[in-house]
Amino acid sequence: MISFEKVYKRYPNGHEALSGISFALERGEMAFLTGPSGAGKSTLLKLIALIERPTRGSVIVNSRNTARVSRRRIPGFRRRIGVVFQDHKLLHDRSVFDNVALPLVIAGFGPRETGRRVRAALDQVGLRGREQDAPITLSTGEQQRVGIARAVASRPDVVIADEPTGNLDPELSREIMRLLRRFNEVGVTLLIATHDLQLVEEFGHRRISLAAGQIAGDGLAPDAPPGYRSTFPDRRGSPP
Amino acid sequence: MGAALRYFRLHRQNLSGAIGRLLRHPLGSLLTVLVIAVALALPAGLRVLVNNVGALSGTWEGAADFTVYLADAVSEERARALANDIGARDEVAEVAFISRADALEEFRTQSGFGAALDALDENPLPHALVVRPELSTVGEMQALAESLAALEETALVQLDTEWVERLRAMLVLIERAVDIVSALVALGVVLVIGNTIRLEINNRSTEIEVMKLVGGSDGFIRRPFLYLGFCYGLAGALVAALLIAASLGLLAAPVGALAELYASAWSLTGLGLRDTAILIGGGAALGWAGAWLAAARHLRAIEPT
Repeated sequence: MISFEKVYKRYPNGHEALSGISFALERGEMAFLTGPSGAGKSTLLKLIALIERPTRGSVIVNSRNTARVSRRRIPGFRRRIGVVFQDHKLLHDRSVFDNVALPLVIAGFGPRETGRRVRAALDQVGLRGREQDAPITLSTGEQQRVGIARAVASRPDVVIADEPTGNLDPELSREIMRLLRRFNEVGVTLLIATHDLQLVEEFGHRRISLAAGQIAGDGLAPDAPPGYRSTFPDRRGSPP
Repeated sequence: MGAALRYFRLHRQNLSGAIGRLLRHPLGSLLTVLVIAVALALPAGLRVLVNNVGALSGTWEGAADFTVYLADAVSEERARALANDIGARDEVAEVAFISRADALEEFRTQSGFGAALDALDENPLPHALVVRPELSTVGEMQALAESLAALEETALVQLDTEWVERLRAMLVLIERAVDIVSALVALGVVLVIGNTIRLEINNRSTEIEVMKLVGGSDGFIRRPFLYLGFCYGLAGALVAALLIAASLGLLAAPVGALAELYASAWSLTGLGLRDTAILIGGGAALGWAGAWLAAARHLRAIEPT
């Protein structure tokens, strides 16, 4: 579903954010992307969403090589990827409904189908009945759930999340992670960047850890509770 | 069919969204609309003026009379005889004799210089003949004017339509000037709306970024701004049309009074259906164009980071 092959990313200022990254995420797989700040987590996610392009190497998402996606085709490419942000990126001049509906309107769904899907997505994140509320009246955790509803409303094959629990207390973080995992359980490929190692260990999915732009480890988190073990074999030797 | 319907629905949403956005900040929107309206009203108002003066000069065109001023030495009897002679010519339709006494009397009553005339020892005015020719071409008129000027009694022949010709030449000049002003104003309106849209794009950069992230195409993101520019231009043009109508309303009474003094039924004509359509359509098109320029330049710069 997502595959990186010897990917390098050097920014115009000379900083090399990624140096020779290779990994693959199968369809329906869920993985955490960990590592200290500046390790390249955000850059890696940006390459998936085509916010940045690799300097070298190939990034394949949804069986499409991002290098062959022209600028004009980026919107269509992004419609098949859901993105969850640390700061939610909600539009505060419109209702919860309109925020979640945005990708559906863009994709060209009619009002009836849009309404149906928005209500379904809000139902899944536990915000049914809050459609007409302004995002600003919601708590941070609720705002993040609106962000998740928006990311999944158009039923993308892949959802990537950049520090989705970065601003939340441990209990809310756990709740958000559980919510994301529920989407993975119905088949969405999920890659979550986080520095919350405790949470990663608790959830015990595959963990790709970055350090200084390279993969420092790729495999199951140690002490993963049974039942949450990835069904995919380790690709890069033993976990850190 | 479904796609077309969706397309129209999106456009309708964009239009109502743009109107909503204008109404949400009524004062700011009003100021921008007024700037556009005043700018558009300037060339449109000049156009109305030129059209009116043009129409006025048109009604006088037929009156291509010569005035033949006779020499001071010519007696009244000789002048009357000359009037009969000239009136008998084939190329002359009519001759009116104005004696120096009649001329003085008319001048006294109409000019308001009565008191000044009383101060003069003698009547400074000559006898005059007003000759209405039966001719139409410029060459024939010229020939008649020359033959009248050649008479020994004649002091001066004045073609009364000369000033109409001059006025028309002036109108052509002014019309050209109005065209230039219109072009400059059009450019100004494009820039004003372009700048307004640029500010709007900057204010909504977060929204644009999010739209790009969830897969909004350039067209999808651009369209609300194009409609906003369209609405600014349209509203500006409508207000400009109102400004002109109001100005004409204010001028109607004094113009009527003036026309009455000239015993004329002439009255001001407005912008007319065609020019109004051009004004409003042009305003909307300029708004669209300004927004397009701003969007083309600034939307690309906002990319998700």
